[in-house]
Amino acid sequence: MNAREGFAETGFQKAVLELTVNNHPGVMSHVAGLFARRAFNVEGILCMPMEGGRHSRIWLLVREDARLAQMVKQVEKLEDVLEVSRHGADHQVFERLESFFRQ
Amino acid sequence: MQYSGAQLIVRLLEQQGITTVAGIPGGAALPLYDALSQSKIHHVLARHEQGAGFIAQGMARATGRAAVCIASSGPGATNLVTAIADAKLDSIPLVCITGQVPLSMIGTDAFQEVDTYGLSIPVTKHNWLVRDVRELLTVIPEAFRIAESGRPGPVWIDVPKDVQNAVIDLAELPAPGKADPLPELDAAAISRAADMINRAERPVLYLGGGVVASNATTQAIMFAEQASLPTTMTLMGLGTLPADHPLSLGMLGMHGARFTNYMLNEADLLIVVGARFDDRAIGKAEKFCPDAGIIHIDIDESELDKIKKAHVGIRGDVKQVLELLLPQVQVTLRESWLARMAELKAAHPLQMPDLDDPRSHYGLIRVVAEQLDDEATITTDVGQHQMWVAQAYPLRRPRQWLTSGGLGTMGFGMPAAIGAALAERERTVVCFSGDGSIMMNIQELATAAEEGANIKIVLMDNQALGMVYQQQGMFYSERFYAVGYRRPTDFVALAKACGIRGVDLDASDDPKALLADALHTPGPCLIHCSIDVQQRVYPMVPPGAANTEMIGG
Repeated sequence: MNAREGFAETGFQKAVLELTVNNHPGVMSHVAGLFARRAFNVEGILCMPMEGGRHSRIWLLVREDARLAQMVKQVEKLEDVLEVSRHGADHQVFERLESFFRQ
Repeated sequence: MQYSGAQLIVRLLEQQGITTVAGIPGGAALPLYDALSQSKIHHVLARHEQGAGFIAQGMARATGRAAVCIASSGPGATNLVTAIADAKLDSIPLVCITGQVPLSMIGTDAFQEVDTYGLSIPVTKHNWLVRDVRELLTVIPEAFRIAESGRPGPVWIDVPKDVQNAVIDLAELPAPGKADPLPELDAAAISRAADMINRAERPVLYLGGGVVASNATTQAIMFAEQASLPTTMTLMGLGTLPADHPLSLGMLGMHGARFTNYMLNEADLLIVVGARFDDRAIGKAEKFCPDAGIIHIDIDESELDKIKKAHVGIRGDVKQVLELLLPQVQVTLRESWLARMAELKAAHPLQMPDLDDPRSHYGLIRVVAEQLDDEATITTDVGQHQMWVAQAYPLRRPRQWLTSGGLGTMGFGMPAAIGAALAERERTVVCFSGDGSIMMNIQELATAAEEGANIKIVLMDNQALGMVYQQQGMFYSERFYAVGYRRPTDFVALAKACGIRGVDLDASDDPKALLADALHTPGPCLIHCSIDVQQRVYPMVPPGAANTEMIGG
């Protein structure tokens, strides 16, 4: 079962958020904490420093629901978040990692 | 020039124009306090860090500029959390600086170590754990920039003791932080808004704290008058349109007057300016202004469409938006709608029983107001007294009214009054409080005495947590529990014990004269008055109900 099918089974559409952030300790807390305290579930999270090390990229796999637009606006308000883009269900970043998450 | 980290912080605060800070020292903040001792900055020694946080809030709310509070690590930091969260919910610019255990000891459960960075994330606009003395050169100016930019708010800087002690050589200091330029405006959206306003028959203007934050009061009043807009204000927006203005509907929502909530219910257009559709203001969201189109103006993009979908959403500084909107809005008399307002107001006014009795809750507020002019600043604590003052005090200028809106923090009023009085020493600052609230930061009486702050605490004492008592009475079949104080507290003696004059209206033959004397004698004073615990704040919209489903009033 891949990520897309997993969501299909539970009746949810998925969306993928791509964040470019300042690379320093604490940014992950800011991003993860924001979703948690607004009761918006994050299904998957990936974070790696980008070339040069000053910035990091965070990929979030989230449920596409009516509150997502509000969540994106909240993410954009974080000082360390430089850019947010939203991708649809066709994005491959999580699906390529599936082999690492099989039982 | 050589600086320690602590000296650099103090120098950068001076450069920001900071002249007064509030705080409490402790082990991890000792270098910072040693540096402060060599500065002209006046340090207000609070008796509890939460008091220091609210003193800073009083300074910030009175002036609109970021104010500074300081504490040590561990309990010093945790004690600040409530005051910082309060600032976040009401969009108040604060810069909070705490000491932290040395970097090498972080993560070892050291004495007075707590994860201040982690604790402060959800209650601030932004926060830092400073890991190198050089970072202070960017962090301090950034802190002020962020606190004062866009929608204001608190920021928190956690500085380990060894970073405070580290030495740095500098040829020159960085420039002070200042607010970002205001966002670009969408002229087309503003034109669409003007068109909606010009076509509306029953518009209502809804002003929030954002009007105060952007100094847009003049523009808001011109706008209301030009288009003949009946105007309601949120708790945070009170004072922007003078209470006695013919277009004023007063406060809306849970404890708004009946005619106010009825007018909103009949509106065909709602123009929301610097407000965020808080649940206490709008009641059940789906039933709020059911027939109205919505124009929503706010500097925070995330407030647009958050609770209510706007037909026209405009992100921008409300003063700038109103300035662009004004020339496009037709001068309108709107006679039939204003006649409807007069009709509803006559049929369903705010009821203020016992207004002539200076020992009743409304009467006491009235007598205080009669003794003062618009130059006085009014703070409150949280509960019944807060709502009565919000309903009945003739607030007539922005920043006259300092109250804990979003977080609703009991204990806010007295330290906030101290801060306001220290920031604007020419003003008399009145803190309306209750016997429940005042005890939550009662220790700051000693601070008020020490500072000689010109504050007048008007204490409405019903020997109970009045708002809880009211709600247990209304919604829990009068099963009163954990709500009455079994023995009275002698607040006048308590004031005297802290070095403050205390007067008791209960024991006076001429309470008006005693009150006048207390209000007009410079320096801190506590004015005690017993009130009736059976009195309720009316009208009241039950939690979760529509605003038209008011009880009482």
